[in-house]
Amino acid sequence: MDAQNQVVERLRSAFRSGITVPEGFRRAQLRNLLSLIKDNEQMILDALHKDLAKPKFEAVISEIDMVINELYHAIDNLKSWMQPEYVSKNMATKLDNCFVRREPLGVVLVIGAWNYPLQLTLLPMVGAIAAGNCAIIKPSEVSAAMERLLAELIPKYMCQDCYAIVCGGAEETKVLLENRFDHIFYTGSQKVARSILQAASVHLTPVTLELGGKCPCFIDDQVNMDAAARRLIWAKFFNAGQSCVAPDYVLCSRATRDALLPALRQALGAFYSEEPRTCPDLGRIATDRHWTRLMELLGRSRGKVVLGGESNQEEKYIAPTVVVNVEEADALMEEEIFGPILPILTVESVEEGIDFINRKEKPLALYVFSNNSSVITTVLEKTSSGGFCSNDGIVHMTLPGLPFGGVGASGWGNYHGHWGFETFSHRRGCMLRGWALEKINTLRYPPYTEDNLGWLRWTTSARKTAWNSCTVM
Amino acid sequence: MSNAPSPSPTRWFKALRRTRLGEPCLKTYHSECVGLLKRARAAFQAGRTAKENFRLAQLEAIVRMLVEHEGDFVDALGRDLHKPRFETIVSELVLVKNEALHAINNLKKWMQPQRVERNLSTTLDECLLVNEPLGVVFIIGTWCSPVQLCLAPLVGAIAAGNCAIIYPPEYTSHTGELLHRLIPSYLDNECFHVVLAGITDLAEVVELKFDHVFFVGNREEGSKVAQAAARTLTPVTLVLSGKNPCYVDQQCDIVTTAQRIAWARFHNAGQSVVAPDYILCHVDVEAQLVQALKCCLVQFYGSDPRESQSFGRMVNLESFNRTRDLLWRSGKVAVGGQMIESEKYIAPTILTEVVESDPIMQHDVFGPVLPILSINNVDEAIAFINRQEKPLCLYAYSSNSKVISRLMSETSSGSFCSNDSILQSLLVVLPFGGVGASGMGSYHGRYSFDTFSHRKSCLLRSVRLECVSYLRYPPYEDRNLALMTWANTLSQKSQGWCQIL
Repeated sequence: MDAQNQVVERLRSAFRSGITVPEGFRRAQLRNLLSLIKDNEQMILDALHKDLAKPKFEAVISEIDMVINELYHAIDNLKSWMQPEYVSKNMATKLDNCFVRREPLGVVLVIGAWNYPLQLTLLPMVGAIAAGNCAIIKPSEVSAAMERLLAELIPKYMCQDCYAIVCGGAEETKVLLENRFDHIFYTGSQKVARSILQAASVHLTPVTLELGGKCPCFIDDQVNMDAAARRLIWAKFFNAGQSCVAPDYVLCSRATRDALLPALRQALGAFYSEEPRTCPDLGRIATDRHWTRLMELLGRSRGKVVLGGESNQEEKYIAPTVVVNVEEADALMEEEIFGPILPILTVESVEEGIDFINRKEKPLALYVFSNNSSVITTVLEKTSSGGFCSNDGIVHMTLPGLPFGGVGASGWGNYHGHWGFETFSHRRGCMLRGWALEKINTLRYPPYTEDNLGWLRWTTSARKTAWNSCTVM
Repeated sequence: MSNAPSPSPTRWFKALRRTRLGEPCLKTYHSECVGLLKRARAAFQAGRTAKENFRLAQLEAIVRMLVEHEGDFVDALGRDLHKPRFETIVSELVLVKNEALHAINNLKKWMQPQRVERNLSTTLDECLLVNEPLGVVFIIGTWCSPVQLCLAPLVGAIAAGNCAIIYPPEYTSHTGELLHRLIPSYLDNECFHVVLAGITDLAEVVELKFDHVFFVGNREEGSKVAQAAARTLTPVTLVLSGKNPCYVDQQCDIVTTAQRIAWARFHNAGQSVVAPDYILCHVDVEAQLVQALKCCLVQFYGSDPRESQSFGRMVNLESFNRTRDLLWRSGKVAVGGQMIESEKYIAPTILTEVVESDPIMQHDVFGPVLPILSINNVDEAIAFINRQEKPLCLYAYSSNSKVISRLMSETSSGSFCSNDSILQSLLVVLPFGGVGASGMGSYHGRYSFDTFSHRKSCLLRSVRLECVSYLRYPPYEDRNLALMTWANTLSQKSQGWCQIL
């Protein structure tokens, strides 16, 4: 599509002109983005409701407030993030200046997802702007109302030469990826990630991948059952289970499961009432295709539905559902559920739970509910995941000081706060030398002599103490 | 401290005999690679590399290996690259030793979880960043500094708690064989393996699926590695060679400049990823620079560099022919130009009257040839540099700090050094890596540790403060929302974060 090439070219010339580099420009654009959100809050809420039947409360705390907080955090800290980082000097470089500069990469591409269409598109954009890049945003076509809204608002508030929005589906994205970018940030599924990575590798473009996975939730025997149930229900059924960090399945002992079920029933009743379908606080599944996929998984499952199970295709509604007697090979364990269905699997010990988790791919998040801190520490140390949270779900990704990202099959790279800035920056090592100390330099020049070698060795070799390595070269 | 188990005596003896007799390289076949990867993975999953003591023992073993076999390394590199003893020790062995010692001195600190600032709602919680190893990593070195480029990343991989498979470059067969022989005697035999395979098999090995692939080399091979890694969703670090520009200003100390440039360009017979590739020289000082370089070369290598013990050779005939070809078709030979095919010898050569369209400016120069282009001012130099791909290193020689500042801020490169060359890539405290076409990711010191680690965000919550948590639960009430939003704005103004979730 010619238009896309032109957009990339336009952004590239803007970047080359150096307009995005000064702190003032970056701050101004961040403030523009802040105005975009604040001025259009109602329209954003409407679009989110249209796409996902997202309750206003959820939309405000998980989408709008998150982006606003990220923006304030960036605006407040931009100056310090942009400072060069001076490194420790040693004997020979005392007269030199050694530091690490953070430099923008160029023109970056941010590909958003549909489950949190505002946050997953704009949070990376904040990092990209703060780092001084030009950016192309490609929101998910599945959340069509948000896509339309962003397409209208972004050119209105943001500098059009530096930031652009490209809409479309898989075909358009494929064409877009033929262009060369300086970084690609993708949130989504493993399958699509593979093709994005292949397109990027042709241009040697670095990529950040935020992929999903089956986030395990281990519930120990020693646990505050009521609080755990409430937090688990909240984290699982928030956004109708369509969160990449939602607890996907539960691992606990039979006894714990038997104690958990009534607590879950109570929490569900308290949160979504006895008729969840009529409750305005429960979201809906994004598309018919996703609804069908979920119903098919539930249908093929050999587990027993103990809570929920009702559904309605027209409304794309699935009741908050809990399934027990699920085995490792069950349909519900084949892929990431990404919906309001919670399987409970039984393991008789922490070790069994850990082995189970380690047999699977590394997830984006891992949860443990326990009153026993040594259980928590054991699971933390013996498993690997993008992030970890004990005695709660999801909230670890809302703290700006903590990087949010995956590992292994759940992706690589991270963002949020300062980490977003780093992701979209190049850390350039710089050394500014003077002319002095040339006499020492001559030690390294040919003709090579054993004497010089001895001296150099003596001065450049580090010791096994706190002495810093001294490069007299 | 546990020592590495001793290797199979038969295997050791066979490898030793082969290296001494200079027989052709033994090759690790594909099925063997699969087996080695399996063993490394099993060792990793068993938790062998987790403890600090284990990692320290391995790092100390590397230092011991370099000290005890210094002669063997000098010998092997001498045979592969005609590398002078001085260069081998200073630019290969001491470097890796320093990386290892730096890691040993700092390992405890690096392995500590990092506490993250807390806010009002997480005061009763713990927010930590925990560094975890990735698993089994694949390290691919390149032939111009085979020891350093294989072992320096290995130090980082070990410090971070990974298992590793190392692939020494194909062209330096003696060094490869030496590593293949020595590593099993010093490092844990289950966790660390050396594979010898042809360059064409590289993509196949990458596709066996590692947790991270680390590659140093040229762009073409780097691209193949990146594509193979993309097929298996494997993260990569690429440090790719390219054309490193070097600007010489009219205001500079010409003699010192010439010395530093000559040393950087002609060590290892110009076969370096970090050497200045070409010079952009201000017209006013070009003649002086050429003269100074000429004197410098005599000072370094004598009137016949072929006789000098301090000057190296081209790694193989292919490289020799390629460099010769570029030399003949570009500019004018101002100094040097002599070549002897049987010795793979090319004299330190300086070309002048080179223009942007010359063949030598279209390819990386991996040999002792230094093209000099004339430019009229700093603006022209910056424009020239920005027309090319982003290089691994950028150098600028000037006494005028404003000029240096402009060159640094108006261009982009992996790293930058003013009034010297290469040094910025040797400091253990500066990140070394590329950007754009010169690669992605970085290493050295702490950066190596980070490259081979996963930073896991951990929030350890208590079940207290449920009275505050309830604000976020359904049924959703506007009143609760207002409270939470109010708390938010409070914190925005005071710069702290307070998300009551």
